[in-house]
Amino acid sequence: IANSYNRPTLIQLQNTREEEEEQQTTAQQEEQTKRWEATELEEEHVHDAAVPPLAGDPPAADPPSPPPSKDDFQEELVIRPLHSGDIYASFQFRTVWDADFMGDQKVSHYRLFPKSLGQVITKFSVRELHISFTQGYWRTMQWGQPYLPSPPGAELWVWFQDTVTDVDGTWKELTNVLSGIFCASLNFIDSTNTVQPSASFKPLGIGNVTDHSFLRYATLPREIVCTENLTPWKKLLPCGSKAGLSVLLKSEKLFHSTFHSQAVHVRPVCQDPQCRTTSMELRQTLNVVFDLHTSGQGKREWSLFKMFSRTLTEACPLASSSKVYVDVTDNPQGEQFELSPATPLLTQAVVLGDRRTYSVYDLTQQASFGSSRSLNMLLRWKMLRPLLHSERYVAGYGLQAGEIHTLIYNHHPYRAFPVLLLSAVPWYLRLYIHTLTVSSKGKDNRPSYIHYQPSKDRERPHLLEMLLQLPPNSVTEVTVEFERALLKWTEYTPDPNHGFYVGSSVISALVPSVVAMDTNSTLDRPLFSSFFPCKEEASYFMRVYTEPLLVNLPTPDFSMPYNVICLTCTVVAVGYGSLYNLLTRTFQVDEPSPGLAKRIANVIRRFRGVPLL
Amino acid sequence: MATAEVERKRGQLAALSIAVVVVLVGVPLWWRTTETYRAWLPVNQINELAELQLQLSVDVEVVFSRGTLMPEQQKKVPFTRTQEEAQKVDDDTTLRYRYESKYRTANIMEEDALKQPTAAEADLSLHTLSASPCGSVVVYVIPETSVLLPQGVDVYIGHRRTAVLRMGAPMSVGKNHKQLLAHLEPRITQVVQVMSFSHTDITAALSDRVRLSPGSKESLADSMRSFKSSPGYEITFSLLNPDPKSHRLDWDIEGAVHSYIQPLLTKLAPLANFSIDSQILYYAMLGVNPRFDSSLEAYTLNADSLAHVINPVEARLGSNAASSNPVLNFLLYVPDAHHSPLYIHDHQKQPVASNAFHSPRWGGIMVYNVNDLYGRGETPLPVNININMEKVMGVFLAQLRLMLGVQSSPAPPGFLVEPCGGAGLADWELDRLMWSRTVENVATATTTITSLAQLLDQIGNILCSLSFAGSVNLFHYINNKLGTVTSLQLAVAELEAGNLGFALQYSKEAILASERAFFDPSLLHLLYFPDDQKFAIYIPLFLPMCVPILLSLIKIASEARQRRKLKQSKKD
Repeated sequence: IANSYNRPTLIQLQNTREEEEEQQTTAQQEEQTKRWEATELEEEHVHDAAVPPLAGDPPAADPPSPPPSKDDFQEELVIRPLHSGDIYASFQFRTVWDADFMGDQKVSHYRLFPKSLGQVITKFSVRELHISFTQGYWRTMQWGQPYLPSPPGAELWVWFQDTVTDVDGTWKELTNVLSGIFCASLNFIDSTNTVQPSASFKPLGIGNVTDHSFLRYATLPREIVCTENLTPWKKLLPCGSKAGLSVLLKSEKLFHSTFHSQAVHVRPVCQDPQCRTTSMELRQTLNVVFDLHTSGQGKREWSLFKMFSRTLTEACPLASSSKVYVDVTDNPQGEQFELSPATPLLTQAVVLGDRRTYSVYDLTQQASFGSSRSLNMLLRWKMLRPLLHSERYVAGYGLQAGEIHTLIYNHHPYRAFPVLLLSAVPWYLRLYIHTLTVSSKGKDNRPSYIHYQPSKDRERPHLLEMLLQLPPNSVTEVTVEFERALLKWTEYTPDPNHGFYVGSSVISALVPSVVAMDTNSTLDRPLFSSFFPCKEEASYFMRVYTEPLLVNLPTPDFSMPYNVICLTCTVVAVGYGSLYNLLTRTFQVDEPSPGLAKRIANVIRRFRGVPLL
Repeated sequence: MATAEVERKRGQLAALSIAVVVVLVGVPLWWRTTETYRAWLPVNQINELAELQLQLSVDVEVVFSRGTLMPEQQKKVPFTRTQEEAQKVDDDTTLRYRYESKYRTANIMEEDALKQPTAAEADLSLHTLSASPCGSVVVYVIPETSVLLPQGVDVYIGHRRTAVLRMGAPMSVGKNHKQLLAHLEPRITQVVQVMSFSHTDITAALSDRVRLSPGSKESLADSMRSFKSSPGYEITFSLLNPDPKSHRLDWDIEGAVHSYIQPLLTKLAPLANFSIDSQILYYAMLGVNPRFDSSLEAYTLNADSLAHVINPVEARLGSNAASSNPVLNFLLYVPDAHHSPLYIHDHQKQPVASNAFHSPRWGGIMVYNVNDLYGRGETPLPVNININMEKVMGVFLAQLRLMLGVQSSPAPPGFLVEPCGGAGLADWELDRLMWSRTVENVATATTTITSLAQLLDQIGNILCSLSFAGSVNLFHYINNKLGTVTSLQLAVAELEAGNLGFALQYSKEAILASERAFFDPSLLHLLYFPDDQKFAIYIPLFLPMCVPILLSLIKIASEARQRRKLKQSKKD
């Protein structure tokens, strides 16, 4: 409420000076429209410039051959039919640039890498940046694992370089700049919703950083993702939305879906297998789940055109690789669905502990574009349970106390594995850590590691991180009680009865794999299988986000301050009035008044004109 | 009866004392607790700044070489002389120019230097003899018969802060030293106006403060072309490739910036911080479809349609995320294969030789045709093309000089100004820029701070926090920086003393501090608190409290009046 008061005046105030300038320029408005003028080039300039003024420098003109391209762009789309009958499409665009952002030399000449992001990374000394905007919740139980998990709303986590001295200040500035770049309300990230996880969020790129004071993690579960976030995201792509896979990204279709998630990941990666030099990798990912039941009129037939209202016609000419993968694992002999045009190429990839088979369409090959230029799929489903998934809800009644329940399911038939659970709870839910209980299969399950950072009012949220061992084929329940705090009246959001969001808990796990994982990270693998670096052959890394919570806080009646003012003023006035009366009234002895009969007699006497009694 | 009278007296006293308590304690208490906090501001000093009296001082050293002075003149020529000139620009702004001339004769080494065969060499060797401080001018007077300057040239201005002036013919000069000085002074003033500042430059720099009478279109365009003074500039080179399918473009921008742009910017470093970056934008189209001219077998773009060219491109240029300094854009547009070659025509329908155009305070764009590099159809697309950066940078450099205001106004007749090349910048040209930028900064900062003071004066509800007051006042406690008023006073004082470098430094600080003050967020905290809400809150308290007090006061007053009447009638 206070904000909305301020805004118009802010504009007024800042306009005051602009108006002054405007008055000056109105006379020049006519000039403004045709202010373009041809550059008259004096001969001498060209001539002089032709001779580089510094004698030692090699002349800039005609270098013998174009320098080897230092940056590389790849694009990729994976389409996976989901068990629920929905379709999951995952785009990844990767730009790798052999530029050293962490050195002293300022990086300022951009080719494929977007300049706006590069400037941010340089200015704020960012080592790794991960930002995601998600609309909808990924239903792990129905859809299985996503290639790139993300919590609902906005998530931002950043590793700063160790040269940054004032991490909190830099973080604040960075969030403000990013909110401008992505047209999102990331500027609402402040110390009250920022945490420094100690174990969960390790750098995904190279570099063995252990000092988590350079890490900041924040989520904004309330953030609504829409077209205005997609447009700046597309602007970061070298081909924009003009060519390649990005022509499919039309917002009217993308946001007419059950799940939409877009993300930007920047991290340093190895340039060569020996890892002598590093490059900067920018991955832009977009995941979308289309609901077939509601928009397909009961038909389960789908094509690119039906999903995106566009077809692919060419690869982005700047991309070194441009591929479309379609998951055909569930269709080994082709008895379940048919894919047209006919699959020219098959590949296998191990992703999330599962060996999957994919049909590959290489867009850089002209042969991929047949006469139809669209893909049609007929699909049938079977049910498969994911190994790890989770649920979270708030229990309890009334507006004072409550309980957060987190259920973590391990569906592995015989293997137990450890998971890291991170939950960041805002300060206005006062967690009672002594009520923390962890149980699985009816027995107490003691976490082997607990990191708990209590909240400070209006400064920082609760941080609870623990390492849990999940027994095979079990449900582990983590409960903790909390009390709802009373906020100051200016701290309520404009619609406080909607409730307050609590960001997703994060479950990070090394899940035992049935098939051997490939630990050689430099091998040329499809992008979607190489995001999380793989350290062991027998297990793979996975992250699960729980549902965000919506908690009702005790909400005052906002006209109350005025009512209180009125009431107290009235009480004060009444008290003061009687006191005043008492002090200023003149007391005097009064003669007793005549009786009622006497008075009536007097009235009658007056009428008759007889002297009174 | 007596007791009743005593009671009445007591009641009156009680009412009076309550009224006194309310007035003496209640009202001040209410006033203090509901007041908006206002830190102390130097209002008087700000009002003084509203009337700007700038004095610009130049040190001019006039050196007479052998043969220019007769012995009796030499004795009588004064050591120093001060010339002042006052100009009233408008009601609040006055300018005073002060030329402090020092006269001396040349020493032996300078005499030797002046004997060099050409003026350029003489200029160089004079420079090695003594380095004159920033903002000063040295004029060497040489005899009429000297062969240093070519025929018909009276004044030579070199790369540094020195000028060589030819003494007039002896008979026009006259014998008396007064006649000599009367002859020389206007010419020296002319030299100084070319080398440091002229009245038109300074008034143009004051355009933020003073509304100029609309002059000719030409001068207006000139004054609007260059960027306003700012503590930093971002220079962005963008290569627009609308057709990556038919050509792959390579430009060695790093090398080109290093050899062409950087020398100029290094020279300009005292003025502002420059940062350079570049990007390549693919599928960036112009906003206008060029027309095909069959007579030229080329596409043409008219000067009238240039204004519409940029809009769709500009959305993709991207603002600078990392700073808020103004951005100078330089675009190199390589037309796609189907719209090539593309030529720009000016208002007279003549092709522009450089094939480039620029927009004031925005930047420039150049069209670079590559279709003749495709080869004859045998090479597969896309074709790799290397851009000739020499050609491109020549154009961009000329545009950059225009945008930064490094333009040489045409020299008066008889003047020979040594051309200093595309990348170079003469010392005196830098001085000229520094003079006008300092004045511009001072003018902008004073306008900002005075309008802010007016605003604070008009709107009583604005909160005035300590940090805000710090940016306005003398010293900023929190940032450890000078406040606007102090920096402005220092800048004006340094201008008066002729220390150009310090003056520029302080004026930059003044600009920064004034911007900080103007956009201080704490100004808005209590701004919106309308009167109707105030009354709604105060009435339930004040009405029941004040009405009895007022009524009893009226009653007491009327009783007192009655009593007085009674007494008078008794007397009568």
